Amino acid sequence: MLINVPETVVADALRGMAAAHPELTVDVERRVVMRRDAPVAGQVALVSGGGSGHEPLHGGFVGPGMLAAACPGEVFTSPVPDQMVRAAAAVDSGAGVLFVVKNYTGDVLNFEMAAELAEDEGIQVAKVLVDDDVAVTDSLYTAGRRGTGGTLFVEKIAGAAAEEGAPLERVESIARRVNERCRSFGVALSACTTPAKGSPTFDLPEGELELGIGIHGEPGRERRPMMTSREIADFAVDAVVEDLRPSGPVIALVNGMGATPLLELYGFNAEVQRVLAERKVPVARTLVGNYVTSLDMAGCSVTLCEVDEELLRLWDAPVRTPALRWGR
Amino acid sequence: MAETVDAGFLVRWLVAVAEAVDREADRLTELDSAIGDADHGANLKRGFASVTETLAKEPPASPGAVLVTAGRQLVSTVGGASGPLYGTLLRRAGKSLGEDGEVTRERLAEALDAGVAAVSQLGGARPGDKTMLDALVPGVEGLRSSYEAARAAAEEGALATVPLRARKGRASYLGGRSVGHQDPGATSSALLLAALADTARTEEA
Repeated sequence: MLINVPETVVADALRGMAAAHPELTVDVERRVVMRRDAPVAGQVALVSGGGSGHEPLHGGFVGPGMLAAACPGEVFTSPVPDQMVRAAAAVDSGAGVLFVVKNYTGDVLNFEMAAELAEDEGIQVAKVLVDDDVAVTDSLYTAGRRGTGGTLFVEKIAGAAAEEGAPLERVESIARRVNERCRSFGVALSACTTPAKGSPTFDLPEGELELGIGIHGEPGRERRPMMTSREIADFAVDAVVEDLRPSGPVIALVNGMGATPLLELYGFNAEVQRVLAERKVPVARTLVGNYVTSLDMAGCSVTLCEVDEELLRLWDAPVRTPALRWGR
Repeated sequence: MAETVDAGFLVRWLVAVAEAVDREADRLTELDSAIGDADHGANLKRGFASVTETLAKEPPASPGAVLVTAGRQLVSTVGGASGPLYGTLLRRAGKSLGEDGEVTRERLAEALDAGVAAVSQLGGARPGDKTMLDALVPGVEGLRSSYEAARAAAEEGALATVPLRARKGRASYLGGRSVGHQDPGATSSALLLAALADTARTEEA
């Protein structure tokens, strides 16, 4: 591992981020990454956060057109409420703050506590939960579906609405609409290794893959002998399409988990597009790359987001962050 | 054994918890990597080390204040689910003790019971869901009889999570594959009550 000691990996990365991105304010001590121009007058501020190890999520998505601030926790551990309260206070222009929260027990609890504390400080806070992972059975009796690749869509599209000056209720309802229209499915070809543990989080023998994995090195729901890119695409896209049942065009995210080369991801995208064509799902836009990762895990995930004209327009709107940058 | 306990006793308990968590961190992480995300040991270690440090700097005057301070510190330093949950357990228990300078074991059990109820409400879990409650609920019930009964019941409760299928927390994503593994949260909860019994035993000696 390219680290000094496990205890300082998050702080070290933040120092490096600060050096690479002068357009951001990085508070290494308090663990908040912010737009340097925040608060932006009249704009709703999106604040997200979560465990580290998923880079570029969330810090790499801070900037005009996306997040106003991100709060990185320890590796795979949600941030603490103090971070989100500090971030909210720093970026709130008076127009309110939207917390974008991935649906994991820890994130939900810490953001809930943060929302209460921020409201005590007179900040208007709304929350949206991202729960797009179809590999998890959604049931009243479990923690529910996980938030994975859909997070990028929620942050990009709701962030564009905020940048346009939409009020908090509107930004919140767009964020919810995006989440409802996003579905993801992930596959691991290898487990990941957290710096603290130093060995793989689960045991995945050579020649096998794990279907339905999360982004924290959690084992998936099923293990099978190695499949080809073509077979994986059939399996993953079917799982997503059957759950989403899109009636209109989708944006496709073909996401790498951290250790899969772009060469393979693009090859996999060709297969994803083939399956989508066979299922007669029109694809409006496609994004290929490592965006919601799981440390050094090899593998990929597919996210589809069904879009109408408004959501597509907001997706295309300019964005200027370390990891996502287009338009103007 | 002393009939009542004071703030010093609770500080010694939390120091003992920090030592136990430090000693068992690798085991907790190992259990967590089987059905979770391999961070439970490191997180609790960081949290209780910070609790010990805070309590040493400014020792609160009452048992209630010790627990409230410790709980707040856990919320601010642990993150994950265990930060808010263990933080709430101690904070609520501390609030329930009020400002009394000395409390009986029975009163401590009642206060922890209020803390457990708050944890259950916050996390939405119930006994049998394969969570920390599976050790805390029987452990705190046992505390009404004796410190050793609390230790034994919590330990038994933690072991009894092995055949359970997780319905809350990250292990629930695994469905049936969570069966056959001991829950890391229940295991750390059992450590808390074992440290309490150790502290009481030391006082007695």
